[in-house]
Amino acid sequence: MPGYSDPGFDTLALHAGAVPDPTTGARATPIHLSTSFVFQSSEHAASLFNMERSGHVYSRISNPTTAVLEERIAALEGGAGAVATASGQAALHLAIATLAGAGHHIVASSALYGGSHNLLDYTLRRFGISTTFVQPADVDGWRAAIRPETRLLFGETLGNPGLDVLDIPTISAIAHDARLPLLVDSTFTPPWLLKPFDHGADLIFHSATKFLSGHGTVVGGLLVDSGAFDWAASFAETGRFPELSQPYDGFHGMVFSEESTVGAFLLRARREGLRDFGACMSPHTAWLILQGIETLPLRMARHVENTRKVVEMLAAHPMVSRVGYPELESHPSHALAKQLLPRGCGAVFSFDLKGSRTQGVAFIEALKIFSHLANVGDCRSLVIHPASTTHFRMDDAALARAGIGPGTIRLSIGLEDAADLIDDLKRALKVAEKAV
Amino acid sequence: MKLDVNGQSAHVYTGGKPFDPALPCVVFIHGALHDHSVWTLLARWCAHHGHGVLALDLPGHGQSAGPVLPSVEATADWLLALLAAAGVQQPGQVTLVGHSMGSLIGLEAAGRAPALIGRLVMVGTAYPMKVSDALLNTARDAPLKAIDMVNAFSISTLAAKPGYPGPGMWLHGSNRALMRRTLAGPNATNSATGCAVNLFHHDFSICDAYAGGLDAAAKVTAKVTLVLGNADQMTPPRATRDIAAALKAKVVTLASGHSLPAEAPDEMLAALRGALA
Repeated sequence: MPGYSDPGFDTLALHAGAVPDPTTGARATPIHLSTSFVFQSSEHAASLFNMERSGHVYSRISNPTTAVLEERIAALEGGAGAVATASGQAALHLAIATLAGAGHHIVASSALYGGSHNLLDYTLRRFGISTTFVQPADVDGWRAAIRPETRLLFGETLGNPGLDVLDIPTISAIAHDARLPLLVDSTFTPPWLLKPFDHGADLIFHSATKFLSGHGTVVGGLLVDSGAFDWAASFAETGRFPELSQPYDGFHGMVFSEESTVGAFLLRARREGLRDFGACMSPHTAWLILQGIETLPLRMARHVENTRKVVEMLAAHPMVSRVGYPELESHPSHALAKQLLPRGCGAVFSFDLKGSRTQGVAFIEALKIFSHLANVGDCRSLVIHPASTTHFRMDDAALARAGIGPGTIRLSIGLEDAADLIDDLKRALKVAEKAV
Repeated sequence: MKLDVNGQSAHVYTGGKPFDPALPCVVFIHGALHDHSVWTLLARWCAHHGHGVLALDLPGHGQSAGPVLPSVEATADWLLALLAAAGVQQPGQVTLVGHSMGSLIGLEAAGRAPALIGRLVMVGTAYPMKVSDALLNTARDAPLKAIDMVNAFSISTLAAKPGYPGPGMWLHGSNRALMRRTLAGPNATNSATGCAVNLFHHDFSICDAYAGGLDAAAKVTAKVTLVLGNADQMTPPRATRDIAAALKAKVVTLASGHSLPAEAPDEMLAALRGALA
């Protein structure tokens, strides 16, 4: 099928990882809702367990439907492979747990989704993994925070909720100088918008719940490896990552970097992380996310088109003091956005209402098309107040460091008629204006 | 495992078990811009089914030291020196399994040491293995572009199942990552100048230049199997007729492109088991 180069993005979004089912001829990917898969013989069983053969044994570890999704996201991101997980949070945890243990350290952007911040700042600390947070644009801060026990640099491609664009080329160069990988959360920037591997990132995870699924129906995560980071070389130079470059007693004494030069991380993540922590994705969920990805190029184009119209209206509205969308020249990441996100900066952004907290509440409650809930990346338009919801555990100082004010409103722009969205917002702004 | 070959360190994967030189020995030889990791499923199977396994990184590739060797013939000599370093010396003890460029190295080595080499398995092979000027020039001038071209030529499907080395791997992406990693490796140096070598152009050039195949075939006494992909655009099956006849080879054709060990791992194992029987 391929010609002089791999097929284009839109073709891969429909075909990567899938062919008509060889048994039934089914054109769409079947949902293999089976916990386990029959061995052809005892010898076949033993060879699967000993990694002498590739194949499916038990759906916590791998599943034919889920594998199609894993191949597809790897194809779209330009990666070597992927592991599907129960949620985006599970993908982040799997990445960290594969690379780090008690006594280790992470350097992370301070502009993170509240759930990621909780995991790093509170939960992982209980397991002996500490995190230093730095402002995403503080290049010297990233470099200075690296310690001998650091195992990972981590940031969001578009920081939540201020949409700081992560300078992936610069931060990945800092990571690589220290023989460390850069992990990015690319949930706000599905690969139609941004391919972080092209700019130096080593690992990507998505909350596939958002734009990849696109319909607000399922919760899932995807962890993708570029295959570019040399774990064995890092071990040789710094002593880091023996988990990937030295024999592992928990899996036949396997040296993962020996088994697969470019897939060592994914092998360990699957054969240890999924096996032992068990946060796998249901095949039914995988199928629904595949359905979403098939229309990802069409949806993202419309998401961005609608967002630009809404941003333009809000930026000119007298009740709005700030719109945080990187395509605006006023945004601190504007230059980086032009460099890294030429197709658009996604469909999630925040703005600040002029007025009191009461007026903010009145605004949200007056909206009719926008749904007030804790999600983004739905085909329907969504709204939330971060300070009282997603980031409510953060104190004011931490909120300020993350670029969030008490009156900040976050929107996720859907696929409705843009004129209807603008009318809805204008009417709610008028209600807020009167709610003094 | 590391072996000292002609004073240079050679990296060898042994299939997940310590190498035992007393066992029947299977040697896996990778192709252009690859390393031992294209063989790990087959190598593990062999190592756990009564064989000593040597899946090597050729000089300047992967974790083996350079310099790179200037020809298929010189690399075949290096391979035989590696077998001596590993203590493999019983007549007929060795099966050579080579992919693409590695199949030419295996052929030449089997002709040079017919007493030692009992079986030869040539995977994704052709002879002569001519490389077009366009591809050679692209490999020289724009190797990353050439990698994308070869990657697309080498893989016949967008859904290679069950996945190599396991489910969830995207073969196009993993092969591209491996070729880029090998190209950027620090060990590919020129023996005369010590300067870095464009390994992609080098590997393709020695394939293109190799002219000793029929002479080697005349000396081969090994039982020979050719494993070919029916959708192989790099080394089309029709390009093997003369060498297959000269070697009196058994030909096994699989539904696959050029990357047979990764694209069709189960079928490849069945073919290898047939060759070893």
